[in-house]
Amino acid sequence: MSRIPEAFADVRGGEAAASQPEADASGDGPAFIPYLAVGDPDYESSIEYVEALERGGADIIELGLPFSEPVAEGPTIQNAVVRALEGGMTPTRFFEFVEELDVDVPLVCMTYYNLIYRYGDDDANRPRAFVEKAAEVGLDGFVVPDLPAEEADPLREACDEFDLDLVFIVAPTTEGERLERIMEQVSGYVYVQARLGVTGARSDVSAQTDESLARLDDWDVPKAVGFGIKTGEHAERIVAGGADGVIVGSALVDIVAEGHENGDSAESVAARLETKARELSEGASRGFAQRTPHPERT
Amino acid sequence: MSTSDGKFGRYGGQYVPEALMPAIEELEDAYERYVLHNEDGFMDEFRQRLRDFGGRPTPTQYAERLSERYDRDVYLKREDLVHGGAHKLNNALGQVLLAKYMGKDRIIAETGAGQHGTATAMACAHLDFDCEVYMGERDINRQRPNVFRMKINGAEVTPVTVGRGTLKEAISETMRDWATNVEDTHYVIGSVVGPHPFPAMVRDFQAVISEEAREQIQERAGTLPDSVLACAGGGSNTMGAFAEFVDDEGVDLYAVEAGGSSLSVDEEEGVAPNSASLSTGGEGVLHGARTKLLQDRDGQIMESHSVSSGLDYAGVGPELAYLVDENRVTPVNVDDDAALEAFHRLSRLEGVIPALETAHAFAYVEKNHEDLGDTVLVNVSGRGDKDLESVIEETEKRGIENAPDMSMFSGGLR
Ligand SMILES: Cc1ncc(COP(=O)(O)O)c(C=O)c1O
Repeated sequence: MSRIPEAFADVRGGEAAASQPEADASGDGPAFIPYLAVGDPDYESSIEYVEALERGGADIIELGLPFSEPVAEGPTIQNAVVRALEGGMTPTRFFEFVEELDVDVPLVCMTYYNLIYRYGDDDANRPRAFVEKAAEVGLDGFVVPDLPAEEADPLREACDEFDLDLVFIVAPTTEGERLERIMEQVSGYVYVQARLGVTGARSDVSAQTDESLARLDDWDVPKAVGFGIKTGEHAERIVAGGADGVIVGSALVDIVAEGHENGDSAESVAARLETKARELSEGASRGFAQRTPHPERT
Repeated sequence: MSTSDGKFGRYGGQYVPEALMPAIEELEDAYERYVLHNEDGFMDEFRQRLRDFGGRPTPTQYAERLSERYDRDVYLKREDLVHGGAHKLNNALGQVLLAKYMGKDRIIAETGAGQHGTATAMACAHLDFDCEVYMGERDINRQRPNVFRMKINGAEVTPVTVGRGTLKEAISETMRDWATNVEDTHYVIGSVVGPHPFPAMVRDFQAVISEEAREQIQERAGTLPDSVLACAGGGSNTMGAFAEFVDDEGVDLYAVEAGGSSLSVDEEEGVAPNSASLSTGGEGVLHGARTKLLQDRDGQIMESHSVSSGLDYAGVGPELAYLVDENRVTPVNVDDDAALEAFHRLSRLEGVIPALETAHAFAYVEKNHEDLGDTVLVNVSGRGDKDLESVIEETEKRGIENAPDMSMFSGGLR
């Protein structure tokens, strides 16, 4: 089994919490799940940045493997992808990166299907070769934004074989039968897309989030909300509203971009990432403290 | 060749962000009801508007001097005579009308050569829709007349600056807009590409080309053609020209791709100096479909290249990829220079100034007519007015031999 369920253990209750007292690096409830594009702006700095996220309280880290056509991303992450690709990031380098990382939290690979599909030399072994390699280097799961549940069978079978989780995104437009189809297939956590559109930090938290969470109430899978979360207050509001975790990408990538543009040292950028991560994870914890215990879950 | 599960053999499918899936299901439903089953008389209205607004049917013309030159009968399907100057209107009008039946109130589109953007802008003005068109910055510079036409028809033209600023980037950007505004917006995709039902639906809207041509050439020549040729970017005029001939086994179908400056690939730079995805691409997933793509060994999509922006795309429609695998369609290609030469040849010999895209098909006929049989049908996908600026520039730069002296335009046209 992947390590992802442990990261949600103390929000969700249950056995995993007892057997894994250190599962949550920030020391309390909800899962704070930061994202960075791997290799942005270069391999070495990127290692430092990801490690800084763990020090700042990350419970799971989403590692973006850059694809040339990131159709679900807004300008912030698009630009990060361009920097990382220009810096020489490839799937092979990505796996080396994961092996070299010195972090203890579960790691999720966020990428587009073509890279997963094309990996390896054996045509008959796609997409299993990628999953096998991912398991070998210690990844715990995948988020693939251009792979809806309808097309996911081959990848899910490979994930099952190697005990990796396949996280699906639920959008504000996902309802009814579609929602059921996805929720029956999801493992690890469900990625609740906070609002329509592409990734990018926003100054407000969408009301769509509350509706989306309410729609998921009947499903016993950890719910992590992402898209547009920028501040500790956002994280607080969203967790107080019932999320089990928050996913934050663009607000962190912005820090990398700014440091890159100003020519700052990797060390100082890493320090800022750590501070921002702490703000977000503490916000999430405050939100959790405000939450009235969910009757079925306690 | 119709598809109910969205697959053409191993190709096709629906690889899009979850936020778009409900819209795609809604579109699938509308496609089946209105297009396949003519609910509420949709197809009748579409055909009537194609006639009255679009100027259909277009003629299938006997090309006297080309026939003489090649010593066989050459016929031209004149899609350059469709309103707007290209086959693109068939699809754009179909989709904008469908959006009206679906109760959407905003249209977005991407465009490469600007022909699809122009057709969409015209259809939107005709049917009273707001319209926003995404276009790569490089293509905006190559195809200014179409940018003017889109704006004059009331569309907003949004430049896309990422990457090389061509069609691939414009499609990605339009998908982002769609994912943001999916509840009231329809994305009029410009070719037989993208997630199901687009490839099948766009083919159905374009099939009017071969429907007419098949009848016209039989009437005119008393026979089916031995070969049908069309240029292939995404493949919409190709699929339109082939659709009604696919079951005629005696008719050879040639998809002519842009060979650019070379068929080789610069793996290091991630650049293909061509757009020949059927001839040289590998299987992969891009912009919603599994198809043949120009990509490096990791699966990163390559920048493509062609002198004609309408062919400058790293992918191709999934049905075309399937028909190539089934040996029903033969993928061939010609290079930039040959296309420019063919542009001048057709203009000079037949008084038909073709789009640079179309010129690729004629360049193939020039070199290979002996293999094409006695009766050859070439789809003139569009007219070349939009290309005059770049043709003058490229002709001079490359020293194309059969071109008229263009020095009088030097620096003056811009
Ligand atoms: C005149 C013309 N022909 C051909 C094409 C290529 O597109 P497709 O292959 O989809 O017909 C274009 C694209 O813009 C075009 O404008």
